[in-house]
Amino acid sequence: METTEKKFRKLSGGNKLDSRLTLTYFSIAFVTLFIGGLLGLLQGLNRAGLLELPANFNYYQVLTAHGILLVLVFSVLFVIAYFYSVLSHTMDGLFPVVRKMGWIALVTMLIGVVFVVTTVVMGKASVMYTFYPPMKASPWFYVGLFIVVAGIWMAAFGGFIQIAKWRKRNRGEHIPLLAFFAMGVFTLLFFGSLGVTAEVLMLIPWAFGWTEKINVMLSRTLFWSFGHTFVNIWYLTAVSLWYVVVPKVIGGRLFSDTLTRVVVILLVVSNIPGGFHHQIVDPGMSEGIKLTHALMSMVIGFPSLMTAFAMFFVFARVGRKKGANGVFGWITKMPWGDVRFLAPMIAMIFFIPGGAGGIAQNANQLNQVVHNTLWVVGHFHITVGVTAVLTFFGAMYWLIPYLSKRTLTPAMNKLGVIQTLIWTLGMLFMAGGMHTVGLLGAPRRTSYTTYGDSAVAASWDPYLLLLAVGGTLLTIGLVLIVYIVFNLMFFAPKGDTEFPIAEGEDNASDTPKWTERWSLWIAIMLFIVAFGYVIPLIDMIGNAPPGSAPFITW
Amino acid sequence: MKMHRYEKIWLFLAASMLVIAVVYSGVQTFALGQGPPSGVGMIDPEKVEETAPFDNPGISKIGENEYEVVMILRAFSFEPNAIEIPAGATVHFKMTSTDVMHGFQVIGTNLNAMIMPGHIQEAKQKFTKPGEYLVICNEYCGIGHQLMSMTITVK
Ligand SMILES: [Cu+2]
Repeated sequence: METTEKKFRKLSGGNKLDSRLTLTYFSIAFVTLFIGGLLGLLQGLNRAGLLELPANFNYYQVLTAHGILLVLVFSVLFVIAYFYSVLSHTMDGLFPVVRKMGWIALVTMLIGVVFVVTTVVMGKASVMYTFYPPMKASPWFYVGLFIVVAGIWMAAFGGFIQIAKWRKRNRGEHIPLLAFFAMGVFTLLFFGSLGVTAEVLMLIPWAFGWTEKINVMLSRTLFWSFGHTFVNIWYLTAVSLWYVVVPKVIGGRLFSDTLTRVVVILLVVSNIPGGFHHQIVDPGMSEGIKLTHALMSMVIGFPSLMTAFAMFFVFARVGRKKGANGVFGWITKMPWGDVRFLAPMIAMIFFIPGGAGGIAQNANQLNQVVHNTLWVVGHFHITVGVTAVLTFFGAMYWLIPYLSKRTLTPAMNKLGVIQTLIWTLGMLFMAGGMHTVGLLGAPRRTSYTTYGDSAVAASWDPYLLLLAVGGTLLTIGLVLIVYIVFNLMFFAPKGDTEFPIAEGEDNASDTPKWTERWSLWIAIMLFIVAFGYVIPLIDMIGNAPPGSAPFITW
Repeated sequence: MKMHRYEKIWLFLAASMLVIAVVYSGVQTFALGQGPPSGVGMIDPEKVEETAPFDNPGISKIGENEYEVVMILRAFSFEPNAIEIPAGATVHFKMTSTDVMHGFQVIGTNLNAMIMPGHIQEAKQKFTKPGEYLVICNEYCGIGHQLMSMTITVK
């Protein structure tokens, strides 16, 4: 039984010091989202041939900044803030040392971001967020990246310490389900970024000129060991909200505590080698290794399909309780007007084409059709921009008021519904156009061009206009969400908002103890990483071509 | 771990689908010879112009309607930057880069490959339909990336 005092605290924002920390993260995250999003609009307009960028404002510089601000800064800040809120809420507050680590992590990351963004703005680092060598940015760009990663590690270790301390104090208890997700995400944040850190530590002396040559293939492989894991960190974050929060919002119960934990474990252990599919059309790797990796990437599809089943099972069960009949009767019983449901629901629906596209890109031959085309960018924007980010937006309507001790008014809910629909429509236009024109061959990461008045390139133009239309709608959505977040943070009416966490079914079976054995899961994860990477890495290091000297090509 | 019967069926179908995708990929790669471009040759990126066969880039006939194209990619051009072949020709491309990473994508075909300094990429493609094919660099390589293109004319 919860004491009234404890219950009250849970309703009204938990620990005030923790809320201050996470609200600061969220504020910076959404300002970053706003700036990064506007840069995206500039590109969409330029690519459609509608806008000439100012001479000292290079397309590739804008693209680099857009990618870094959204992919790296916004998402990392969001994910950490969300999971720190989760740990604070489900574990009765953060331990003081953890809260302190949260602040140090934030400051560290921001210092790193200043290095990175400054070099990009100065035109000394237009290397995209993939920064493939031997293209060379200012060394301070890489130093900045390293500092950002150090901040991420600090936050991850804060998470580990929180969970370890809580477990010591609550012997024999399962860690709360959302905290279980946090454990998975912090594990991936730390282990997933080890590869890229090794890469950056090789790039720094090379960029300063202390070492002469760089192993291009090795760098690229280390980058993607992190690149894909990172995408799955946003995805795992979104999934946590689908499993635990959405059922509560629609008046239902958890699907199954055990199966949810199994999904987390599967996503964590199978994740890191998935990045290899970014290298399917690379030279220097045999077809056998590529096929092994196609299989290893494909495995990630399995827990995702488990999730798809779980979600529809929950919807159907709630629908039936409310008197729905038939397989799809539940659709009419869902609270479509409640933005806390609508936003994540649309996010889930978009995961159907998004996930299918991901499976397609994993296949050796299909990958060849779409590799480095705008199709990939379209895929990226529906998976990250809708599946992950719209779920994140959906969480803001209760998490921000919960933290700021305010309430979501019907008017703000309505504005949220409008925001959700505009965002969805914008992504439909933009990602739809990108998918189509990518299949026709239009490349990604390329400014407006006619390729010497090529007829084929001219046939892409109508689709590229869709990018501009979508980008414009998304910008409106962007303004709205930023307004909503800050309104809920500072101006909405005072009151209590609940942190919605679904409970298990009354007849649910107990969660087995083995799910908690994180040392085992991490060992299995490392084993799978070794299985996927040891042989290729040894080959890339031992059997490497002469390295590359740096090039600055912009 | 209690699982619903429907879930077991669903997960069986899901696993089957993923296995079929991988098996099919394997059959295409190893039995049908349609693997992704995977050249494993290496070269010193600073000595490309003096290393055979790249000391003599261009097109050469190597068999009955079969050609080899040796190509150097550099920011922001292809060498050679235009080739002509008869319809139905099978072309074996051998490519490398002298500087940064580039892409090699023949629009209207499935030919799409990464070209990296130090590595010799190989890919083959049969061109059945006559016409002019646009070839572009699809990996960002710098300020002139959007200008990096060439043509393959099939007669
Ligand atoms: Cu290029």
